[in-house]
Amino acid sequence: MAIVIDMPKLSDTMEEGVIAKWNVKEGDKVSSGDIIAEVETDKATMDVEVFDDGTVLKLVASEGDSIPLGGIIAIIGDEGEDISGLLDGGSDSKSKEAPKQPKKNDSEAEEKKDDKAFDPLFGELEGEASSEEKVPNEDGGRVKASPLARKMAEEQGIDLSSVKGSGPNGRVVKADIEGFEAKAEAPKPEPKAEQKQAAKTATAPAANYEDIPINQMRKTIARRLSESMFTNPHFYETIDIDMKKAVQMRESLNAMPDVKVSFNDMVVKACAVALRRHPKINSSWLGDVIRMHKDVHIAVAVAVEDGLLTPVIRDTDRKGFAEIGNEVRVLAGKAKEKKLQPDQMEGSTFTISNLGMFGIEEFTAIINPPNACILAVGAIRDVPVIENGEVVPGKRMKVTLSSDHRVVDGALAAQFLQTLRSLLEEPMGMLL
Amino acid sequence: MSVKQFRDAIREAMVEEMRRDESIIIMGEEVAEYDGAYKVTQGMLEEFGLRRVIDTPISELGFSGIGAGAAMNGLRPIIEFMTFNFAVVGIDQILNNAAKIRYMSGGQVKFPMVFRGPNASAGQLGATHSVAYESLYAHIPGLKVMYPSEPYDAKGMLKTAIRDDDPVIFLESEQMYAMKQEVPDEEYLIPFGVGKIKREGDDVTIVAHGKMYHIAQQAAKELAKDGIEAEVIDPRCMKPFDFKMVIESIKKTNRCVIVDESHPFAGMAAEIGFVIQRDAFDYLDAPVQRVTIPDVPAPFAKNLFDLWLPGPKQVIDAVKAVTYKN
Repeated sequence: MAIVIDMPKLSDTMEEGVIAKWNVKEGDKVSSGDIIAEVETDKATMDVEVFDDGTVLKLVASEGDSIPLGGIIAIIGDEGEDISGLLDGGSDSKSKEAPKQPKKNDSEAEEKKDDKAFDPLFGELEGEASSEEKVPNEDGGRVKASPLARKMAEEQGIDLSSVKGSGPNGRVVKADIEGFEAKAEAPKPEPKAEQKQAAKTATAPAANYEDIPINQMRKTIARRLSESMFTNPHFYETIDIDMKKAVQMRESLNAMPDVKVSFNDMVVKACAVALRRHPKINSSWLGDVIRMHKDVHIAVAVAVEDGLLTPVIRDTDRKGFAEIGNEVRVLAGKAKEKKLQPDQMEGSTFTISNLGMFGIEEFTAIINPPNACILAVGAIRDVPVIENGEVVPGKRMKVTLSSDHRVVDGALAAQFLQTLRSLLEEPMGMLL
Repeated sequence: MSVKQFRDAIREAMVEEMRRDESIIIMGEEVAEYDGAYKVTQGMLEEFGLRRVIDTPISELGFSGIGAGAAMNGLRPIIEFMTFNFAVVGIDQILNNAAKIRYMSGGQVKFPMVFRGPNASAGQLGATHSVAYESLYAHIPGLKVMYPSEPYDAKGMLKTAIRDDDPVIFLESEQMYAMKQEVPDEEYLIPFGVGKIKREGDDVTIVAHGKMYHIAQQAAKELAKDGIEAEVIDPRCMKPFDFKMVIESIKKTNRCVIVDESHPFAGMAAEIGFVIQRDAFDYLDAPVQRVTIPDVPAPFAKNLFDLWLPGPKQVIDAVKAVTYKN
């Protein structure tokens, strides 16, 4: 018997496939396991294997043809076999369907017995749906319901798929919706009684609240970060950095008169240098293009009353620790007084959020649009580390990079973090 | 107010109108000397004379055409068919001349005429004498179609039909002529396109006209014993049709069964069902069902005829299907 080869599902998201190449031609003998074709899916070019022996009777699809899932691509069978019926019969593989047939007839007969809907012209009416199983009222995701039941469910916010239909073929009817309500409401009396008691002993907790008006900054934070979180596909990579030498260097620097360098300044500087080396991190998704910025302007998140601001250190990579430190302090001060000018908050190409001073070990940050990445900096921890086979006291800091996957891929983010780590682990390099 | 037969109610309507308006005449087979095949026109010859109560030869095409011509020339003829099963012989005069010439003449010519007589089956009369024609006439623009089910309705509706300036098909039934009902002696008119509800109910709407209205009423009585309260609507007029009454009823009952003595294909029930699904879609809890004669000519043999003509049982079965009670 001839067998229909249809377009197989070769990837989860595949809806159609393009025949890239036929490895066989009509009249060729094939046996189970042979790769008869290559098919381009939405992801890759995949092999199509046959599971039966026979002769290729017909290649229905040609190279370059796009065939939907389940569409016939070829027919295999005995030489000389008549396949005209299969070609007319559509995409369903008849051999697969065959064993189900008797079962269907049974359920049809059963239905006729208990369903008397009759039309003088068309006869037993419920035959319309009798080829389907008796119980489920779902038909490929569609719930069968009378128009009235559908409307009632919509009005009452009832999910139709959760209602058991009592009508023919599981159709949800008015009585089922009314019954469903009753069921859903039935357990109510109990909680009500409980609530009453609770109300006596304590004031209702839900009623005690204060509505805080949403100010402009809160609105902006809400809008921009929601937009970022829900449109940028975020991914996160964390790296643990040995800060021993950075701590030592900071101590020596701060020992000099009029110098005050913070760890944050060092992280900012390290990021600026690393961004120079990995310009793709210093980029923005603009929809039609990815813009690679030629300047490095790092924004630093500053907590202020009722929110946060992100003042920008321009040309960060061209500034030294001290200069960066001064600028951050001046801008942070202005931020707290809400005296930042718009141009002091605009034009960033990368952002750093540091919660180390609060003892946060590690966290993830939401990308600050239109940046492609944001670095979340944790606290420097005193941890035991193993050096030359001995446990010694160590200084470690975890940083987590959030990246927009539309712009940055995992390996690239990892390379950036590696560079950042080597810069902070050998901080003298940054002075060059 | 007195109890009158259906045939008396029709006669009263005609007599009262003929007394009122001299331009009204009646023509048909046996309407004069024999007092009418079903005694509908009894005594009319005596009162109105040969010029206004006219016996015709057995020639439906001829006297339908004479009637149409008379209407065009200012009379208001009533054409009686011994049955509408015979009217098919003269149907060109009805469907083409009477129905269309007012339209084709740009309204210059009026057709104030009524074609009336019994319709549909009446027992073992064979396939050619048992057809319900309301769907066929209602299909044709230019015709109004009335089909009363009770003497009271018949009188009030026929007077409206006679007074109308367009051709009206007025359908009766041999089996209903002897039906009795209290009919007022004073004048009343029932307008086109207004149905009636004599039995109200919340569970299902049954739409039934003509003879089938009485089948529906019997079924409703039986159903009430099972706790199913049917609302029975007699649309009375096939065209124009009181869809509003049907739709409003379905908004309450959510279910509908149409009982129609026509054949099913493209029949009245099909048209009513279409409008229901369009205008009451969101109110339907079950597909609309219809009870009609089958798509088969009437059999003559009694046992087959009884199977062919719908009775209360078929209506009850259909109601149980739409109320999910089977």
